[in-house]
Amino acid sequence: MRLEYFQMVDKVLALDLEARTLKTANIVPDQSPIFEGHFPGHPLLPGVLLFEIMAQTCGMLLLRLHNYDRMAFLASVDKGKLRTFVTPGQTIEVHAEMVHDGSGFARLKAAGQIEGKLVCNAEVTLKTMPFPAPELRGYLLQTAERIGMPMGAPADVGSAAPASAGNLTNV
Amino acid sequence: MSTTFETVANIIAETCDIPRENITPESHAIDDLGIDSLDFLDIAFAIDKAFGIKLPLESWTQEVNEGKATTEQYFVLKNLCARIDELIAAKTA
Repeated sequence: MRLEYFQMVDKVLALDLEARTLKTANIVPDQSPIFEGHFPGHPLLPGVLLFEIMAQTCGMLLLRLHNYDRMAFLASVDKGKLRTFVTPGQTIEVHAEMVHDGSGFARLKAAGQIEGKLVCNAEVTLKTMPFPAPELRGYLLQTAERIGMPMGAPADVGSAAPASAGNLTNV
Repeated sequence: MSTTFETVANIIAETCDIPRENITPESHAIDDLGIDSLDFLDIAFAIDKAFGIKLPLESWTQEVNEGKATTEQYFVLKNLCARIDELIAAKTA
């Protein structure tokens, strides 16, 4: 996780294209300027960033389902709950599930766990639209490769180790 | 149409906290009921789920923006319900 660059998702743990679910690992860094203010002597990952982690996992799932032909933007977070403190060095596993893929928007559910304990959950609405800039699509494809997003057809994508990211770097 | 309207009106009332009696078939979702685009996403989500369809919101918006359609065609509730009925009929055809 590189907080200052809003790179929240570190690794894909499982992708199920048929069930439309994605599970990611997100490691809170040991050190960050954010912890100097939030809070002195009691460093906590800000709650808004927990929502961002869930939103980005939802977004990565949506982009993958749409084969990176559209960008997703956060539109709303409903029924959001922050259940416990999250501190430097912890790993948050986020599970995202598509609830409804509409026309120009999508509704997903997301939940974060640390060592099996639920720490946050929310319903996330994303607006989708064509990529407003080609470099943004390239950046997202690089991100997909960085986090090990399986890029094969549904039959090739299991819940085991991610497959090769294919020719992403050529896009 | 009447059943469709009742369902849609109830969805709008619940989603946007608008008194049910203020919602009529002649109501314009945007101009009369003051529903903004983000609230309409919630309504579209509920309509999609209730009727098992997918409102083509994106193409409607594009048509309106390009001047090929008016907002009344899609956002006056009786017209919205007619579009929904068409989508339901197309699904079952």
